[in-house]
Amino acid sequence: MSRPELVAPPEIYYGDIEAKKYTNNSRIQQIQADMTYRALELLNLPEGEPAFLLDIGCGSGLSGEILDEEGYLWVGVDVAPSMLEVALEREVEGDLFLQDIGQGFGFRPGSFDGAISISVLQWLLNAETSHPTSSPPHRLTRFFTTLHAALKNPSRAILQFYPTSDDQIQLITSIAQKAGFGGGIVVDYPNSKKARKVFLCLFVGGGGGQQQLPKGLEGEEDEEAEGRVQFEKRRERLRAKEKGGKRKNPKDKDWILKKKELYRQRGKEDVPRDSKYTGRKRKPVF
Amino acid sequence: MLLEACSLCYSVLYSSILAVLAGMVRLITHNLLACHAKGCTSNNFPLQFQDAAIELRDAEFNADFLRGFLPRIEWPALVGAARQLGDASLPAEQPEMLDDEFLQKLHHVLLEIHVEEGAMVCPNCKHVYPISNGIPNMLLAEHEIG
Repeated sequence: MSRPELVAPPEIYYGDIEAKKYTNNSRIQQIQADMTYRALELLNLPEGEPAFLLDIGCGSGLSGEILDEEGYLWVGVDVAPSMLEVALEREVEGDLFLQDIGQGFGFRPGSFDGAISISVLQWLLNAETSHPTSSPPHRLTRFFTTLHAALKNPSRAILQFYPTSDDQIQLITSIAQKAGFGGGIVVDYPNSKKARKVFLCLFVGGGGGQQQLPKGLEGEEDEEAEGRVQFEKRRERLRAKEKGGKRKNPKDKDWILKKKELYRQRGKEDVPRDSKYTGRKRKPVF
Repeated sequence: MLLEACSLCYSVLYSSILAVLAGMVRLITHNLLACHAKGCTSNNFPLQFQDAAIELRDAEFNADFLRGFLPRIEWPALVGAARQLGDASLPAEQPEMLDDEFLQKLHHVLLEIHVEEGAMVCPNCKHVYPISNGIPNMLLAEHEIG
């Protein structure tokens, strides 16, 4: 399966049909929900204070729904009208904007207490036209500088995305740094092919490295095991027994008889007769 | 069979409700929004409403949030936008005392007035951001990108 960002620009890829499919897919819902909770965890907002957040690439409001549940007020931006239409149908509470994040935001400085973005940044890495404002570095620069301005000091932005190479990560982090952000990459489950998730954790302000980069989650993802059949010790023991015990000779009498029958059917000559001696072990003579 | 019919009715009913409950631009976000077209860096705030169709919808009152958010608000812009939309309940000067009556009014203006249709126009470069279905279209043409 090729990556959707390589197929078409987001506003075209997520047309009416794809937007519905995306939103109704329970697996995508689950993954998005998990990542949204994790992003909120990494956002590390002060407890008990209702925050005003920016959801970058809010899509159909899968993550917005969670922000609603958690009691945050939020603003969502997305470039795909069909996705926003689905978000309207789902009656999310946040304000929605049709906006291309590669063109930058117009929000006043210090507008938001934090920003999250789930599976969006990779869409900025493809040039759609040859116009200079369409090149990935230009769009990323525009995005990060205006985002940095829109966030209050101190705050964080957590952006989960799917990079294809280390070069892409390098490009994104260097541009974010130039825009004034601190922070870096947090990788959850780095050794798992499926559960591996890359989060770009960006800090605004914080006065000389006071904000520490959080640690990625290690080990295997627990949720993956839940979907599987329960682990059966009995089978494991049985298999160990079979392996550990003396292996029987596979070429026993039955096997020989079967082979001889097969040869006869194929019309091979000189197949020995079956007798009571067939497949019998010779006694040691001496 | 019966069940199927019911769910069908339900979905029809549901979609008719949805048609009423469309998106929203609230004054809380309008107050944060400046024009972001190329070269438009001064006098680009606040965006002026044009042919705005508004709708009032109840929202949950949260005094703590309002108190925390107040420093971020450009007061004259908020009052101006509210008056443009026909709500003159807020005083021209931001009061020192944040009593409950004032917070209720602020809550109403910030979070319960929704602009459904119309447009927002930049006072400086006159760029028009159309609002349809409660969603403002903030897309720029190629030559307007900064």
